[in-house]
Amino acid sequence: MIKLTNVTKEYKAGTPAVAGLSFHIRKGEFAFLTGHSGSGKSTTMRLIHLGERPTSGEVRISGYSSERTPARDVWKVRRRVGHVFQDFRLLPGRTARENVAFALEVTGAPRSEIVPRTQRLLSQVGLASKGGSAVDALSGGERQRVAIARALANDPVVLLADEPTGNLDERATRGVLDLFWDINARGTAVLVATHDLELVRSYPHVRLLELDQGRLVYDSAADTNGR
Amino acid sequence: MSYAFREAIAATRRAPVLTGLSAAMVGLALYVVSLFALVAYNMQIALTSVEERVELVVYLRDDGDPVDLELAREELASMPEVDGVQFISKDDALEKAQAELPEFGDLFTDLDANPLPASLEISLHPGSRTPNAVGRVAERAASYPVAEDVRFGREWLDKLYLLRRMGAAATSVLGLAFALAAALIIGTAVRLAVFARRDEIYIMRLVGARDGFIRRPFLIEGALTGLLGGVAAAGLAYVTFRAVTELLFELAWLPTEWVTGGLVAGMIFGLLASGAAVRRYLREV
Repeated sequence: MIKLTNVTKEYKAGTPAVAGLSFHIRKGEFAFLTGHSGSGKSTTMRLIHLGERPTSGEVRISGYSSERTPARDVWKVRRRVGHVFQDFRLLPGRTARENVAFALEVTGAPRSEIVPRTQRLLSQVGLASKGGSAVDALSGGERQRVAIARALANDPVVLLADEPTGNLDERATRGVLDLFWDINARGTAVLVATHDLELVRSYPHVRLLELDQGRLVYDSAADTNGR
Repeated sequence: MSYAFREAIAATRRAPVLTGLSAAMVGLALYVVSLFALVAYNMQIALTSVEERVELVVYLRDDGDPVDLELAREELASMPEVDGVQFISKDDALEKAQAELPEFGDLFTDLDANPLPASLEISLHPGSRTPNAVGRVAERAASYPVAEDVRFGREWLDKLYLLRRMGAAATSVLGLAFALAAALIIGTAVRLAVFARRDEIYIMRLVGARDGFIRRPFLIEGALTGLLGGVAAAGLAYVTFRAVTELLFELAWLPTEWVTGGLVAGMIFGLLASGAAVRRYLREV
């Protein structure tokens, strides 16, 4: 599913953002990627969806390799990956429905398919009645739900969430995490990058990958003694 | 309607101020070019009308052989530079002089004999009014035994030709400079519009849109902005033309092909500028 093998990324020679990173996220797995600010979480997420190419090492995602996927084919990878960000990255001035439909329109899906699927996705994230609302008028939690519905539009095999609860209150955070569990239960792998250790501790059974200064310092899957 | 068209039109509606400002910038840039075109076109008309007066006059010997005269007339008329040859007899010349110079009326009527020579007035094709072409015809005309003298105002023609060449050079250089300045302004205006929507490009890339899919609405929007600016420029230039014609002096309006060319150029500039700006952001994501 997602496999990083000895991945190093240097933006400036000699100062790696991530170094020698190796881990494997299997199909249908749920994992947290944690670490302090600047530990390399966001770089790792960008490397996974091929937003960045490793300086050395290899990233494999759903059959696509960072070494053999040309820039012109990156869209194929992106359609198999759903993205959720701390700042939502929604299209301003458009409704929740338009934001979700947008992800389907880019794939060339027919209108007759887009309308019912958009409605289903909004229902899945609990926003069935808010489809016509402008995203700018929604609360933070609701906006993140719209972003999640959009991320699910193309049935991704993996959902990458980069600090998805960073701008949310506790209640909205729980709601978003519950949604991730629901999505994961349907077979989609979920990788959540967060610096919120409280949040991570509240899910002790979930796999935890911890980064520090660009290096993987802890992987609960490899730790037979537990955390 | 395709997604690209819907999205291009929706984008202009979502940000009417930005679209309006871009179109206004494009419009003003093209307006300057239109004014220059209006001046250049009217200068061209003025020079052409002066050039139309370029002709040769071959003054004939009084004792010339009529057969030689006929031969000269036929051969000169068959030259590729020559549009027509008109024979002016001595009587015609006197009549013409009396009509054109009435202040010398008594002088002409008191004459015992007509002192004015007969002549051949040679008019030239529009492309053959250059000093070289006129010189060739004059040389040929002077070679006939019936020819006494050949006049065509060499100095005046040289100056006219110099003026035309200077006009053509100035038009090309200034036209190119104005077009480049317009292209830069249009490029900047469209790039600003694309810059304001760079997040959108980022999001489109993230959800798996192909480059062509992302580019199309922006290209259409750029072309529409260029067209809108072009229409505004043509409208402003027409208002200026009417005002000058009514208040100052008469001008000729630009030919339809020039106006159409300007609109198409505006569209193409808009399209190319938009394409270049989107390309830049596509590379960043």
